[in-house]
Amino acid sequence: MRKCSLDSINSVFAEISKAASLYLPVDGTDGAATYTKWEEGLTWSNALNTVKSPKDFFFPQTEDLMEFKTSGKNIEVIDTRSEMEDFVVFGVRACDVKSFEVLDRVFIKEPVDSYYASKRQHGTIVAVACGRPAETCFCQTFGINPAEPAGDVSIWKTETEVFFRANTEKGEALMSKLSGLTEECGEETVNAQKEKIAAIMNKLPLKDLTTDGFGGGKTKELFDAPEWDELSQACLGCGTCTFVCPTCQCYDIKDFNTGNGVIRYRCWDSCMYSEFTKMAHGNNRLTQKERFRQRFMHKLVYYPENNDGLFSCVGCGRCLSKCPISMNIVKVMKKIGGKASE
Amino acid sequence: MNNMEDTLIPKIGVITDVRIDTPDIKTFRVVTPDGKKAFDHRPGQCAMLSVPGVGEAMFSITSSPTNEEYMEFSIKKCGCVTEWLHQAEVGQQITIRGPYGNPFPVDDVFAGKNLLFIAGGVGLAPLRSVINYCRHYRDRYGEIDIVYGSRSKDDLLDYKEIIEEWSNDAGVKVHLTIDNPQEGWDGHVGFVPNYVKELGFDTNKTAVLCGPPIMIKFTLEGLCAMGFDKTQIYTTLELRMKCGVGKCGRCNVGAKYVCKDGPVFRCDELDELPDEY
Amino acid sequence: MQTITRDQLLDKAVSLLADGTVTAVLGWSKGEFDYDVTPAVFKTEAELKENFVWNDFCGANFSKYLVAKMDRLEGKMLVFLKPCDTYSFNQLLTEHRFDREKVYAVGIPCEGMVDIAKVKAICGEGISSVDCGGDKLLVTTLYEEQPVEVATAEVLAERCVNCKSKKHVAYDELLGEEGEVIDSNRFDEVEKLEAMTPDERFAFWQNELSRCIRCNACRDACPACTCEKCVFDNPNSGVENKAPANSFEEKMFHIIRAYHVAGRCTDCGECSRVCPQNIPLHLLNRKFIKDMNEFYGEYQAGAEVGSRAPLVDYTTEDLEPGEVFDRRDTNA
Repeated sequence: MRKCSLDSINSVFAEISKAASLYLPVDGTDGAATYTKWEEGLTWSNALNTVKSPKDFFFPQTEDLMEFKTSGKNIEVIDTRSEMEDFVVFGVRACDVKSFEVLDRVFIKEPVDSYYASKRQHGTIVAVACGRPAETCFCQTFGINPAEPAGDVSIWKTETEVFFRANTEKGEALMSKLSGLTEECGEETVNAQKEKIAAIMNKLPLKDLTTDGFGGGKTKELFDAPEWDELSQACLGCGTCTFVCPTCQCYDIKDFNTGNGVIRYRCWDSCMYSEFTKMAHGNNRLTQKERFRQRFMHKLVYYPENNDGLFSCVGCGRCLSKCPISMNIVKVMKKIGGKASE
Repeated sequence: MNNMEDTLIPKIGVITDVRIDTPDIKTFRVVTPDGKKAFDHRPGQCAMLSVPGVGEAMFSITSSPTNEEYMEFSIKKCGCVTEWLHQAEVGQQITIRGPYGNPFPVDDVFAGKNLLFIAGGVGLAPLRSVINYCRHYRDRYGEIDIVYGSRSKDDLLDYKEIIEEWSNDAGVKVHLTIDNPQEGWDGHVGFVPNYVKELGFDTNKTAVLCGPPIMIKFTLEGLCAMGFDKTQIYTTLELRMKCGVGKCGRCNVGAKYVCKDGPVFRCDELDELPDEY
Repeated sequence: MQTITRDQLLDKAVSLLADGTVTAVLGWSKGEFDYDVTPAVFKTEAELKENFVWNDFCGANFSKYLVAKMDRLEGKMLVFLKPCDTYSFNQLLTEHRFDREKVYAVGIPCEGMVDIAKVKAICGEGISSVDCGGDKLLVTTLYEEQPVEVATAEVLAERCVNCKSKKHVAYDELLGEEGEVIDSNRFDEVEKLEAMTPDERFAFWQNELSRCIRCNACRDACPACTCEKCVFDNPNSGVENKAPANSFEEKMFHIIRAYHVAGRCTDCGECSRVCPQNIPLHLLNRKFIKDMNEFYGEYQAGAEVGSRAPLVDYTTEDLEPGEVFDRRDTNA
């Protein structure tokens, strides 16, 4: 384990930035933290987390896939993929680190999505332990320990110091660049912080939320639960929960005619949207209840069924604070799961 | 450059023939610019065709894998991409990627069995691939019955091939029907589910259904009433798709992705899915 | 803190259900915390007693729910309307978007709603309870031994700081005292924008709108956005996009939306309340309201049912387009 003083963290950022683009949460003009490319003068945010999750780095909201040029009856496909440069995402929370595993199982499964894979390959994740979890946090429901964030490097931040531990080869490589700015240290301070975090986790209002009643094989049991009517009744059908969610992975592929060719791009899509499943000859989910149910069934039943029981939720709490009508996965789990285990 | 192959990046296909099958269905023959098949496929599998700037859509491959020269797609005009394709002429390039989805189990489950194909309207398109495959390897299968119906005689897909080739094969019986009486039609008149009941098949067959949802529903009920078990009956699903490889989430029903785990499903497997397909 | 209590609203709802005046109640349902209330339809006294809440976090404007929620309802729906909600209510009636006969509207006074994000900015994350009392909130957090006192005025939502009216313009029955239309400062922010140079203004909106994630929450919450099929949801429209295809497109979405609701927007502020990215979307609408007031005379959408908005009305006194242009010139 190595450490540096919190005062010197900007020299660490400067050093990392020499070899790779460095992104970290920075407070914006609206007071909320956003991942921003670091440059001299920017300050690492104290906010617990960003509104938009870091999935953006690997699965961007919008991303060009390829281009087409047409002339007469002929088409040319232009592969516009370029070699990624290395980048570092600094200050990722344990929940969001786990979300990459959820996304990996979709995008890196055969056939591998090269757009996602190359970004994963070139990105280094520096994860930070959560000193002050919020009331909306429930990562422990999904077996995540915010005091032990995964990632290529784990860090712990105290009032005065930052502690580093490399977990992977990529992490070692990053830390070797910081050898002059950090010093070897013992684990006492970090262990003390871990204990403090554990104590807070025990006080969190959602600490008893369980996944009991959910998981693969529960489709029949849960799909027709009468509670879906009540849970979905106020849903506006917007995509806020989907777009702030670190694990939501649905996308659309669209063509954009530039006047000088066609760019085929993909963008985030939401199963909450009315035309998500609309085809030329019909739509298999006509009501908001059906769309609402799909989102939660996918996270809590279908995804785990296909992925060795891993849930497609990491308890980051973004949907809890951002849903316009305050409906969210916690309310769903309490209502539906509680029933199933009765 | 990122040299990894990516299934989302399509190949170029050239339309080398356009056949007008019915008033709203055309069959397109597609090869690569150097005149080859774009890729190999199994009966029942699909391909993503696209017209840059218009869109991309999933179509079943109508031609049999045993056709070494080209692929065919029978496409009904009903949306942006299909409308554009219907105006396309020979020589037009499009993009193609695939093959996607699981095929009919022609080499294991179907082998040695009597087969009953039941199709309605453009639903014959995915079945033509497997029917021609089974005709090609005729000795691997038992008796073949084909029940096919459409709105009118003019709406029967592949009519020429059915009459001139399928009907003349040994051990292949074709039963055609149209919804309403029509001048010049002396065949059966009536809906497919009823016709299947009238024909009253022995249950020593494996059945394959494809057609409009309502046809599938009633035909399935009819077959079950005749004593067929759902494990003997296969059908295909169609949902909106974008990626074709089980990632974009659009065709997700229950724990299945229709583009990847389907489109071919055995009917007892469908009972395991939530009813939203 | 609200002058009317939860118990008063509860009693009213229970008695209207009991005497058959209504068969359902559109109200706020309690959440996991004190601040995350959800709109809900209550059908029984038991449901109401268990889950109905009324506190400083009941910001959601129910008017739009009336468009969708009553189709299959037998009997009438009781809806509680805060003063600002009544303007949306009237505007939707003007546009024939729901059946007035199926609604029993109870006007309730409102002392302003709290923006929890402002509370969190002061007290930090980890809020375990919020006690609304008097003119302050008592906020208990996981990290402070003692509850933190926060003046309610400090944490009111922007739209409530600039409240335009405490008067109910529609109701069947009013609980509490009727208020007055307020001479608010709601155009101050617009004036600041107007005082900017075009470049500064562009930079301002560039910064704000670049955060847009196209979740459509602003549109879906907006009581003026009630098209059965929004142009942005129509795959054949050519503008149906879930993400900006280029850097101008996110602006286009908001500009088109602002134009579309111009003259119909009551300035209820739901768009800014629901924006997950804290974009001050209400400023676009407010600018249009201010312009229309200046060009065509004072007009408040929803103040009365059936009024014709300046943009769909013609009088011989209307400005010529050229005059608008000239005025803008002299302003700049």
